[in-house]
Amino acid sequence: MASERGRVGLVFVSHSTKIAEGLVDLARQMAPSVALVAAGGTDDGGIGTSFEKVSEGIVLAGSGSGVVVLCDLGSAILTADTALDFLDDVLRDRVEVVDAPLVEGGVAAAVAAETGGDLGAVVAAAHSAGPGHPSAGEAAVVDAAVVEPVAGTFSRTVTLVNKDGLHARPAAEFVKLASTFDARVSVNGKDAKSLLGIMSLGLSKGKSAELVSTDPAGERAVNALADLIETGFGEA
Amino acid sequence: MALDTAWVTAWINRSTEVISENRVALITLDRDIGDGDHGENMDRGFQAVSTKLDTLSPDATPGDALKLVATTLISTVGGAAGPLYGTAYLKAAAAVGSAPELDGAAIVALLTAARDGIVLRGKAESGDKTMVDAWTPAVEAAEIAQQAGSSEVEILAAAADAAEAGAVATEPLVARKGRASYLGERAIGHRDPGAQSSALLLRAAADTAAGE
Repeated sequence: MASERGRVGLVFVSHSTKIAEGLVDLARQMAPSVALVAAGGTDDGGIGTSFEKVSEGIVLAGSGSGVVVLCDLGSAILTADTALDFLDDVLRDRVEVVDAPLVEGGVAAAVAAETGGDLGAVVAAAHSAGPGHPSAGEAAVVDAAVVEPVAGTFSRTVTLVNKDGLHARPAAEFVKLASTFDARVSVNGKDAKSLLGIMSLGLSKGKSAELVSTDPAGERAVNALADLIETGFGEA
Repeated sequence: MALDTAWVTAWINRSTEVISENRVALITLDRDIGDGDHGENMDRGFQAVSTKLDTLSPDATPGDALKLVATTLISTVGGAAGPLYGTAYLKAAAAVGSAPELDGAAIVALLTAARDGIVLRGKAESGDKTMVDAWTPAVEAAEIAQQAGSSEVEILAAAADAAEAGAVATEPLVARKGRASYLGERAIGHRDPGAQSSALLLRAAADTAAGE
């Protein structure tokens, strides 16, 4: 996981300067230590993509163990791919252009980078945003599901106490803590290390979260995560 | 004229003029099925190229001139056409190497490499309603003309004719790449702006080679 070369950096390529900058602000809340670079708009700030901004952005974000580039519509991907062709070989080998939803994938990738994920882990996090958004229906079904305990399983059910439940910032904090354990833990059936999975559960105040690990070493992880939920994430 | 660096320069300057003259027409085509910026972007890109050509060294080869076009378009166009045409000119520059003058085989190699660059970058195939639909017929026509022993001027004219026919032939197609692909059947009846600008650029190549 954690790389010796420092965290993976991210470049957000959008046709719009505002979208790219806004996404940096949004992701920064959950990933304060990651190099997040906005590469939005043309050189004169119009709608379009700039080869220079993307190329410079990759270099700026490239001091760590790798760079993941997320793009919005068509020409953003073409510009990013072209920028890769012009990079020196050493840097290019550490850069991945990812075709994933910009906002959801960008936030998930930022959290994976913040938790020390390597290039592959950050790319996988971006892809976990999938082609669309998790549906509200799916979250409701998972919420109601009862997981039957099996032998060797450790589980604990806690109630969300903070006002807004597992919204973005607490969810990121939760995923960061989960990522510090090797053991796999699920929350109402979703992987505790997947930011988008956790956020898709729609866990608001008063709902219960069942934390389950079938891992022999999972007890410590389950307890730590359950305790975090019970503290209310420092929120009222 | 001999197909040397002076020809490439003349071709590029003619391209700048023709793109400028067709700026509004390209904007209109793109507004119908895209985001309406193709004419604007291409005009800005080629104006920048023409300015940059003045800095070309006197002993530059045709390949050097093509490479300058590539890097300038990539930096200045700002839409999908930048990386697509930029890659086309870059691959064309590599294909002609350091030759001071281009013969028929070199012209075919130039056009083929340009088309392959566009396909590599945009991952479009024939019939997707993109610039590939102008370039692939142009490459095929140039190959046939070259194998039949035609002159360089005739090869370029054959390519330009085929590209124009290819651009017209995009009208009944449904787009499978680019912004127009979001429109589905509503794209039918509209010519692809990228195929149209490709035809303009190839006509500029043929006309300047013929001394027109």
